Amino acid sequence: MSDTSAAEPRHEVNLVVNGVPRSATVPARRLLSDFLRHDLGLTGTHTGCEHGVCGACTVLVTGAGRSDDEGVSGRPIRSCLQFAVMYDGAEITTVEGCTRPDGELGPVQQAFQDCHGLQCGFCTPGFVTTITAYLEENPSPSEEEAREAISGNLCRCTGYQNIVASVLRAAELKSEEVGG
Amino acid sequence: MTTRSLGEPVARREDPRLLSGQGRYVDDIGTGALEVAFVRSPHAHARIVDIDVTGALDVDGIVAIYTHEDLPGRVGEPLPLLIPHDALTHGRTPYPLAKDEVNHVGEPIVMVVATDRYVAEDACDRIQVEFDFLPPVVGIEVARDAEHLVHDDVPGNVAARLVQESGDARAAVAQAPHVLELDLEIERSASMPMEGKAVFARWDADDTSLRVYTSTQASTSVRAAVAAKLELPADRVEVVAPDVGGGFGVKIVHPWPEEILVPWAAVTLGREVKWTEDRREHFVSSAHERGQLQHVKVGFDSEGRLHGLDVTIWHDNGAYTPYGIIVPIITTTQLLGPYKPGAYRAECFSLYTNTVIVTPYRGAGRPQGCFAMERTMDAIADHLGLDRAVVRERNFIRPDEMPYDHGLVFQDGRPLIYDSGDYPASLDKLKKLIGWDEFDDYRAAARAEGRQVGIGMACYVEGTGVGPYEGGFVKVETDGSVVVATGLTTQGQGHQTAFAQIVADELGVPVEKVTVTTGDTRRFKYAVGTFASRAAVMSGNAVALAARNVREKALRIAGEALEADPRDLEIVDGIVQVKGTPGATVPLSTVAVLSNPLRYAFDEETQRATQFATPGDPEKPPVAEDDEPGLEGTDYYSPARSTFANGMHAAIVEIDPDTAEISILRYCVVHDCGTLINPRIVEGQIHGGVAQGVAGALYERMVYDDAGQLLNASFMDFLMPYATEVPRIEADHLETPSPLNPLGIKGAGEAGVIPGASVLASAIEDAEGFRISRMPISPSELYELRQRHERREQNTTNTKDSR
Repeated sequence: MSDTSAAEPRHEVNLVVNGVPRSATVPARRLLSDFLRHDLGLTGTHTGCEHGVCGACTVLVTGAGRSDDEGVSGRPIRSCLQFAVMYDGAEITTVEGCTRPDGELGPVQQAFQDCHGLQCGFCTPGFVTTITAYLEENPSPSEEEAREAISGNLCRCTGYQNIVASVLRAAELKSEEVGG
Repeated sequence: MTTRSLGEPVARREDPRLLSGQGRYVDDIGTGALEVAFVRSPHAHARIVDIDVTGALDVDGIVAIYTHEDLPGRVGEPLPLLIPHDALTHGRTPYPLAKDEVNHVGEPIVMVVATDRYVAEDACDRIQVEFDFLPPVVGIEVARDAEHLVHDDVPGNVAARLVQESGDARAAVAQAPHVLELDLEIERSASMPMEGKAVFARWDADDTSLRVYTSTQASTSVRAAVAAKLELPADRVEVVAPDVGGGFGVKIVHPWPEEILVPWAAVTLGREVKWTEDRREHFVSSAHERGQLQHVKVGFDSEGRLHGLDVTIWHDNGAYTPYGIIVPIITTTQLLGPYKPGAYRAECFSLYTNTVIVTPYRGAGRPQGCFAMERTMDAIADHLGLDRAVVRERNFIRPDEMPYDHGLVFQDGRPLIYDSGDYPASLDKLKKLIGWDEFDDYRAAARAEGRQVGIGMACYVEGTGVGPYEGGFVKVETDGSVVVATGLTTQGQGHQTAFAQIVADELGVPVEKVTVTTGDTRRFKYAVGTFASRAAVMSGNAVALAARNVREKALRIAGEALEADPRDLEIVDGIVQVKGTPGATVPLSTVAVLSNPLRYAFDEETQRATQFATPGDPEKPPVAEDDEPGLEGTDYYSPARSTFANGMHAAIVEIDPDTAEISILRYCVVHDCGTLINPRIVEGQIHGGVAQGVAGALYERMVYDDAGQLLNASFMDFLMPYATEVPRIEADHLETPSPLNPLGIKGAGEAGVIPGASVLASAIEDAEGFRISRMPISPSELYELRQRHERREQNTTNTKDSR
């Protein structure tokens, strides 16, 4: 139980989200997921369990004191298990940042539409960010690898068939872009 | 002709928004609103002696704390019993906040409103509730024994005793050449949508109007309930189901306590108020389903044909019965599947327990009914030494016997009459798809490699598209775009695409021109809700009928403009033209302008409809007596009775000889939901259903201890399948259109889940060689069964093989 006196200390958190410098002052206990959704208004990041199991809240992070960051998009983390204050100075990519610069769907997002990889759409942001990071690591996965790559995210609608297909399709779209 | 859209795998219109983080679920709305947390009962059965909130009062940011005694008038009364039924002699519903007694862990007792959820939870932690403990009633056997009662005034814990009967089943069984008895059990699971429930309310004191956003499957009915409880005129209340993150049944229940309390607090405080359910709350205070014990007594002849079926069911309905006995009704009727049972009798006891309420979860009683019947079919085949497919086929209702009247009453209060279906053709497709007749060779080859495999099948019939009605509104705007509204809600079924496809075809416009709104009482006031695989059947046909009205009006107005007989006109790509006369055309946008005689213009297009531009016949009113302005139409579809979709699943499993780990090697589906609007969406529905079926067979169960504590109330412990647990699904369709509705649709939402436990029990039984009568089944349970079987504890004629 926390102390709930009037003077709950607040901390300024400065970070870059989807390429844009953002800032808000929040209590130390403010979850990163709540910070993104309610303090910065980026409601694309969803919380399905708030105990780190479903993966809907997955965002991509670069920086934040970690020296092992790699890849263009950053490493996936469960934002519902992290405090916002831990990410002062970090760079974060959310599902809103997975679009193309012109606002059109990015390759992973486009693949989900092509393959009917979503139904209610609630878990989808976590899949999109997870797959975005995964394809940086493995640009041409097999079906088996694609299934494994998404096996930390829960979806209640699709039975995953078309999400696996979406991973493969996204890899195809990305390689076409690189090739083209 | 406009490119036909119905039946095409059109990409979903809603996807770009949802994929780019632009969806709007309830918790995405109402930034800055006050937030709510609840003190919920930590005990399954207790009297409330005292509630002490003093410790919470000095928490900074607290706005209000409410207990039952603060709730005025109808707000404080018990929640409605939504679906009364004569057999439900002892229906009980909860108060929005517990009054004197709690009947399950998770029941709300105190409502805290604060500046944010963190603060509200701080205050909840400081509220002390003193309880006097009562003996908890947990589990069907305990409830049936009735040593203790959940509700003092409900004898035997029996909420309802439902009997469905056709012929004299007991006599038929007694006289049959062969008789078998089976004891079966299905455990609890839950809908478990990724988004829990959520309610946001905004009271406009100046306008004396209330807007409620709620994650519901029935927004119009929530509106009626909120208006009644808050004693507001219904036309001052608007209810919107925005994007909804899955429902699967749990969100058809309404009004949830929070759907009354949050709007009431918003009105009372004059502030925006929001509550977003967290996952643990969802586990312990929303709804579960499935838990049943069944005793089947079946009489049959040496060919395997049923003479009589006598079933007794004990159904766990949890602590309250707000949704009536819909699940028992569905189990006792849909149990029959595609078969002629001979004489039939089902008696269901719906029992109270001190657990979370039980209301429909995708399948809604059908998986249990299917389990009873399909386990019976396998037992008969085993008893007679016949092929399991042969026994099923011999009992099928044949296509030439359609429509087939079972002589029972279905969940809509209408006779249980199957409209159509070709079960032998479906079975044939399924056997080919999985290689049923070749499996013995496969089994022998596997055995030679030391592998243990088995094959199973299960069939079902699903009453879909139940009434009473849905409506549709279609309007052509003056820019040629088309707006459509229907009152039922969407939780991921792609209605914005499927209904657009229907309207596009009916009107002759490209599908991209059509925008669909669902579940918003501002756009359409009359609706029932999204459940029972009914949306495509009900609203699909309603929007088609509305679009036909609009088309007729468009042709009439265009006929006047083109001086042509409307019967000679067609609409192609949004343009009305005289068939075979190039050049004689008028776009629908212009027809829309002409349909609405104007005094005032606001752009060039509308100038054409003003009074000096189109003087018309000076002897006639600008709008004829039997006409209305605007190129729009509303219509309703109300069927005499349900349609009946059907399907059959088959699976091949491999089971580890040492560890009893179960792997699904193949999973095949043959499915007939009548006309397909969008095959891609239907396939997605099948996939999702199968995943939930597999989950209910191998993974998911609600584990209560004897004290009524739900031990696995988190995603860490409740085993929802990930991608690695769901097999690749092979599907084939049969399309026998329903004769009951204009589009021939039957509905597909629940189909995939229904035979899951049955088909996997069948396959596991085939692999192991002993009866499986209880699902779900874990490797350790299967291992235990093996040990018992080896010790010859298994009674091979009776199936009493529970753990």
